[in-house]
Amino acid sequence: MTYIAKPRLGSEALPRNAAGFTRRDYEGRVSTLCAGCGHDSISAAIVQACYELDIEPHRVAKMSGIGCSSKTPDYFLGASHGFNSVHGRMPSVATGAALANRDLTYLGVSGDGDSASIGIGQFAHAMRRGVNLTYIVENNGVYGLTKGQFSATADKGSKSKKGVLNADSPIDLVALALQLGATYVARSFSGDKEQLVPLIKGALRHKGPAFIDVLSPCVTFNNHAGSTKSYDYVREHNEAVNRVEVVLQRHAIETSYAPGELRRVVQHDGSMLLLRKLGQDYDPTDRIGAMNHLHEHAALGEIVTGLLYVDEHADDLHKHLNTVEAPLNTLTDEALCPGNEVLQALNATLR
Amino acid sequence: MDSMTVPAITAVNDFVVKFANVNGSGSASANEMFARAIVRMGVPVSPRNIFPSNIQGMPTWYEVRVSEKGWLGRRGGCDLMVALNAQTWDADVAEIEPGGYLFYDSTRPLKGKLREDINVIGVPLTAICTREFTDPNQRRLFKNIMYVGALAGLLDMEFEVVEGLIAQQYRGKTQLIDGNRAAARIGYDHTRTHFAGKIGLKIRRSDAVGDRIVIDGNAAAGLGAVYGGATVAAWYPITPSTSVVEAFTTYCRKYRTCPESGAARYAIVQAEDELASIGMVLGASWNGARAFTATSGPGISLMQEFLGLSYFAEVPSVIIDVQRGGPSTGMPTKTQQSDLLLCAYASHGDTRHVLLFPEDPHECFTMTAQAFDLAERLQTPVFLMTDLDIGMNERLSQPFAWDDARAYDRGKVLTAEDLDAGKSFGRYEDVDGDGIPWRTIPGTHPAKGAFFTRGTSRNAQARYSELGEDYVYNMERLRTKFETAKTLVPPPVAQPALQPTRLGVIHFGSTSPAMAEALDILAADGIYLDALRVRAFPFNAEVEAFVDAHDFVFVVEQNESGQLRTLLVNECEFDPKKLVKVLHYDGSPITARFIAGAISEAMNSPRLRPLIPTKG
Ligand SMILES: Cc1ncc(C[n+]2csc(CCOP(=O)(O)OP(=O)(O)O)c2C)c(N)n1
Ligand code: SF4
Ligand SMILES: [Mg+2]
Repeated sequence: MTYIAKPRLGSEALPRNAAGFTRRDYEGRVSTLCAGCGHDSISAAIVQACYELDIEPHRVAKMSGIGCSSKTPDYFLGASHGFNSVHGRMPSVATGAALANRDLTYLGVSGDGDSASIGIGQFAHAMRRGVNLTYIVENNGVYGLTKGQFSATADKGSKSKKGVLNADSPIDLVALALQLGATYVARSFSGDKEQLVPLIKGALRHKGPAFIDVLSPCVTFNNHAGSTKSYDYVREHNEAVNRVEVVLQRHAIETSYAPGELRRVVQHDGSMLLLRKLGQDYDPTDRIGAMNHLHEHAALGEIVTGLLYVDEHADDLHKHLNTVEAPLNTLTDEALCPGNEVLQALNATLR
Repeated sequence: MDSMTVPAITAVNDFVVKFANVNGSGSASANEMFARAIVRMGVPVSPRNIFPSNIQGMPTWYEVRVSEKGWLGRRGGCDLMVALNAQTWDADVAEIEPGGYLFYDSTRPLKGKLREDINVIGVPLTAICTREFTDPNQRRLFKNIMYVGALAGLLDMEFEVVEGLIAQQYRGKTQLIDGNRAAARIGYDHTRTHFAGKIGLKIRRSDAVGDRIVIDGNAAAGLGAVYGGATVAAWYPITPSTSVVEAFTTYCRKYRTCPESGAARYAIVQAEDELASIGMVLGASWNGARAFTATSGPGISLMQEFLGLSYFAEVPSVIIDVQRGGPSTGMPTKTQQSDLLLCAYASHGDTRHVLLFPEDPHECFTMTAQAFDLAERLQTPVFLMTDLDIGMNERLSQPFAWDDARAYDRGKVLTAEDLDAGKSFGRYEDVDGDGIPWRTIPGTHPAKGAFFTRGTSRNAQARYSELGEDYVYNMERLRTKFETAKTLVPPPVAQPALQPTRLGVIHFGSTSPAMAEALDILAADGIYLDALRVRAFPFNAEVEAFVDAHDFVFVVEQNESGQLRTLLVNECEFDPKKLVKVLHYDGSPITARFIAGAISEAMNSPRLRPLIPTKG
């Protein structure tokens, strides 16, 4: 089928952000996903986050693999280039793209099958390699697009729509991301926009691999009783560690919180993450602590959400490779080709 | 040198020396120095490594063919065996041509009876080293340079040439120069004293090398990628391709470091596997950088799905395939040309890819650089189909040259100015009639030119579409594009026979030097063949005309099934009966002797015999 473009009626009257864009300018084509699919809420959160961050849409590159989730880049940021690649291989394509042009913002969208099953290798290596990428997994515990088979994030003992019990242990991508060196790690829920939008904003402003696992129920194949990825189940078991607010300038600091309630994390680009504690003490700059917290609460059957870890001093693959400031795709022939004189000198050493 | 049953071989600048060594014993650089010394005396050589898939302890051989006439293919046979590996002794001795020579370390006396039809030259290398040096390391290592000196003495070579190479190799390390020079001199003096006039093989100074250079194909390909403007390389180690990216790295450090900041104008990533390598290449190319990967057959097998995406989504990519023996892990350290079909039709669905066939390091350089232009012009994968024989052996090649007036062909890319000037943009629209659509690079324009790249079918505006007519439009356009490719790829090189003939021969890649020599051998036997060296797939009109112009065409290949022939039959619809297979696939580089033998034999078949002109 062919998609219909959304009517752009009335956009003149809509408010504009500092970059001069309306919220509409961050939208894409009309979604073809099932009504109520969690993935659509995540697309909406991405639109909101980009709008609030005053990002120029064309300076974002959207990358994805294959799956219902991986289709979504067509449904947001219509003015951005997108690359819907092959199943489980978004990370490598995003890595190559990021190498070619360090100046764009890279947003990768994947599914739990795409990242935890077929693509777990590429997921792991993109994290450990330090690709400057916001990597969102829209996690529904099943393969939506191939009609509801369990994925590798399905919990042991969870029941499929057809009544089959999953006997395999789940892969927790957040735990992996923490262990593999991701420098911004969060978990959220597609049904909690308040939590999700700032987490995406923080990730987009983060320099280095930023990973967000977003529980995103599949209404068609995994939203029944007995599923641990249904709207009801996630709501009931959600244990948020903090609430995040992203402040673009250093000086604009929130003062409406009691001392000790707020924690500030300044990111590489000068933007500030304001973290409001919820309940117990949680230090989001302690990687080991984050891993322990995650495992302890998982054992209690809780789904830990929030900004679980951030490294204020993160850097990325370009830093490791010591590449030039100018994007590699802008280098001129002169900067790239050593020319004939050099070649003749080289010939002389080969005789 | 005792009783001889056959006359000793005598030859000047035309023989084969073979070194039998233990892998990891430090002999490799000594052997290379020996070959290089002959080149420095103006005599063409073609050295070849014969090595196992192993790091230390296993046997390796290094074969140096010396040929005043300049035949650079492998000859086969061995006139002088430098037998330094006890493990392979029997087989090495057996391989010597009757009347040939055996050189060995005579520190320990020979046990048992040797062949009587060979000449034995014993030099007590170990004993001399023990006597002359005290450091155990020196005793071990100087043995290598000592046999180089000994061989130089034996073959009447100029010692100054060896000296010069030692000085060059250890430049700035006086102690090493002195030690190596002394060891070489001892070997040289020893054979001059003991074997003067007793051996019939000689190197005589000549001017047959000209201005040619010595380099291996992988290094040349790495250099070609630098000159071709590649900025992103993603790879996974695999023999025999590994040294391509190693060379690219070395040359980038040298030529692509920003003089002001010291930062890199390139990015090289050792990926987790070949799937990731090609994925990175696609991501980088999609984003407007020139990117490539280097691999061998098993890596190409893993890349299949992405290659289909590269073809169908029309994202440029350059893949260097240094072929080795397959299938499966096959013969990882042996040479073959057996990935043609794998690459030509890589991936599921109807795909066809551009292949380039370099004959030697020189063409590895030029074709790698050209591959980037072709990939961007055609927006498709381009394969450089080299092999272990070219890639991992130093080869005498034409010197490199670069036209400084040449600009990279970045293909059909719309800029922000083009878009502002109102140029219409339909990502998959054939506006020029050559099948090649225009593309935009991400980040180009705030309002125009963005599109969604996908592997699913789509219409000319890059919108998802399952309509049959949209799909067919794209597939037909891709077909047109492939026709356009025929006009852009390097044309074949023809070598007409000295006499008119109705017979032809087609060959490609590393077969080239052996083929040239085989034509010479066959002509001397009165068998004349027009030869055509195919340099690319798709085949252009000249290839078709060549086959049409001959009654029979031999197709010489280094694989088991005749893969180029399959492509010729499939793509050009030639009568298969016209195309006669000449196949060599035991993993060793093809020889002129083999080709000439196979063709002569075929000429005796009732089908072909009438085509041999009767003499006189
Ligand atoms: C190589 C390959 N194998 C299998 C498929 C079929 N396939 C398409 S999507 C998908 C699973 C997607 O699951 P997930 O990533 O969780 O996405 P969701 O649809 O749940 O959002 C599979 C198995 C494919 N496209 N490619
Ligand atoms: S099948 Fe599930 S994941 Fe796919 S669109 Fe429908 S609800 Fe969403
Ligand atoms: Mg899923």
